[in-house]
Amino acid sequence: MTTTRRYPAATKNRRPTPLGLREAVQKKPHIELHSSTTHYAKLSQAGEAKTARGQMSRILETALLAALVLAAAPAHAFIAYVSNEKSNTVSVIDTDSWTVTKTIKVGQRPRGIDFTRDGKFVMVAVGDDDTIQVIDAKTQTVVDSLPSGPDPELFAQDAAGKTLYVANENDNTVTVIDLEKRARLGDIQVGVEPEGMTISPDGKTLINTSETTNMAHFIDTSSRQIVANVLVDARPRFAEYKHDSSEVWVSSEIGGTVSIIDPKKHEVIGKVTFEIPGLRKEAIQPVGIGMTRDDKTAFVALGPANRIAVVDVASRKVTKYLLVGQRVWHVAFTPDEKYLLTTNGVSNDVSVIDVAAQKVIKTIQVGELPWGIAIAP
Amino acid sequence: MSSITTREAPRGFSSAEYMTCLTGIVWREGLRFLHQRERFVSALVRPLVWLFIFAAGFRQVLGISIIPPYETYILYEVYIAPGLMAMIQLFNGMQSSLSMVYDREMGNMRTLLVSPLPRGFLLFCKLLAGTAVSLLQVYAFLLIAWLWDITPPPQGYLTVLPALILSGLMLGSLGMLISSGIKQLENFAGVMNFVIFPMFFASSALYPLWRVQEGNPYLYYLCEANPFTHAVELIRFALYGQVNWISLAVVALCTIVFMIGAILAYDPSRGLARRGPAGGEG
Repeated sequence: MTTTRRYPAATKNRRPTPLGLREAVQKKPHIELHSSTTHYAKLSQAGEAKTARGQMSRILETALLAALVLAAAPAHAFIAYVSNEKSNTVSVIDTDSWTVTKTIKVGQRPRGIDFTRDGKFVMVAVGDDDTIQVIDAKTQTVVDSLPSGPDPELFAQDAAGKTLYVANENDNTVTVIDLEKRARLGDIQVGVEPEGMTISPDGKTLINTSETTNMAHFIDTSSRQIVANVLVDARPRFAEYKHDSSEVWVSSEIGGTVSIIDPKKHEVIGKVTFEIPGLRKEAIQPVGIGMTRDDKTAFVALGPANRIAVVDVASRKVTKYLLVGQRVWHVAFTPDEKYLLTTNGVSNDVSVIDVAAQKVIKTIQVGELPWGIAIAP
Repeated sequence: MSSITTREAPRGFSSAEYMTCLTGIVWREGLRFLHQRERFVSALVRPLVWLFIFAAGFRQVLGISIIPPYETYILYEVYIAPGLMAMIQLFNGMQSSLSMVYDREMGNMRTLLVSPLPRGFLLFCKLLAGTAVSLLQVYAFLLIAWLWDITPPPQGYLTVLPALILSGLMLGSLGMLISSGIKQLENFAGVMNFVIFPMFFASSALYPLWRVQEGNPYLYYLCEANPFTHAVELIRFALYGQVNWISLAVVALCTIVFMIGAILAYDPSRGLARRGPAGGEG
């Protein structure tokens, strides 16, 4: 009896646990009746279920505690923010329960989304309102806005989180914003329909891709001048630096490839190509790229192919395709890199990938046309 | 064995005697299965053909909606895996009852029937033996499926076991019930066509039922009423560590009904005997 009393208390103080364990606890006592169960079955099983459940959860709690002691670093719950382009909202997802805990009303056509470096605010580009809104992560409400150019789509900030560079899709410019003063510092002229933005780890080089010009523009952040233009395949959407600064990966939506650029020589030095049996080539439209911190594995979202390609960075070859929801655009890692979340625009959901197992474990409904995703640091 | 013969009271049998009978029958069935290597191979090839060829063609068909017990989008081959596991059991159930017809024709059955143990128990042993054989086949299939990237959660391999035993018993007893009405081996093929194929296709083994409902609501009701659908769903949920209570109830009920039916049909005073002497002599 003493044990039965002790455990509920232990449960309360339990720290967040790795998903697998957590799910095991939630799932195993699934003697919990199925929603469509008949009354008859309910009556006959309720009695046994109660005791069985108690016993089962006790066993599981014990196992859980044991596992907690064994596990070196238990995972923490993170908060993911997903911009829903069509419903003009941002969905807040708790990565512990994998549920949407809040939906925040924002401006029109929210797309690019990211945290400030201190993790206190979420910035979301609301293109049709020609601004970037600032959400307070604590109160989860819109508190301010930043002066971008017209139709902001994606943005990047320097390592210190002081300067923000915004690609304004309709204006062929990149706006430079001082994040502390929340003031506009100036504009940089780039190609037509700028979108992809990434900044070198040392903060010296900004790369912007323009969808119609099909170029990656290398911009010196101190002089705010373009120093090189690199031609890539049709409709470049997204750029990502390797963490060791040796390569820049640029995805081309129409070209169906990821171009790998040497940022020193400003040359395309390789390409990642994709092929999925049974799918026509046009359905493969690479957009979002996520690279693990060790620069070993890249995850590329393939749009209407409904797949995430797992790419071995060294060999530049796809090792696996993971099925997610429809028209997958962008991806984000949890800070511990255990999970990768993807936004699936057409099916209105977010898929969760177990990074180590390279398996899709769950898909969560969010708002309409989810586009971008950011996870609290 | 001597304990059996020297036993004083002839009424009732000890559990040891029941066990001797059970292990004897299961052992024989196991031996028979192992010696028929073609049977093992064909039992594996059948679902694998579906998995490798059929599912490859339909790969893009699914992945458009998330249905329980799945928590994300799945490929078609992942969807049909539980259906194929049930198919293995369906064929196996029919095949082991086919062997009953064969036994009767060959006269082997009399060896079994001279046992003083209750007829119902003998049949139950036979069913258990058949189910055990089907488990071997299913797990072999799961192993190959795993190599094919159909990877249910590790604990699923354990939680699916009770579901497989129950569905194996249900399909086996159904086969036994059918076999009681068949006197010759040749007739069995026809029955297979009238039982196996309708049962398999009018079920959730190959396509989710909401798809069937879209096409034809009446067919949907037929599928819902098909015990095989519930065997498939029971296995599907159990493979992901969940219980589908409705399917469990349906499968359990059907198992009892079919089993009682088979025991009655094989009762010498009602079933076989009334229809004349056992096959092979007629």
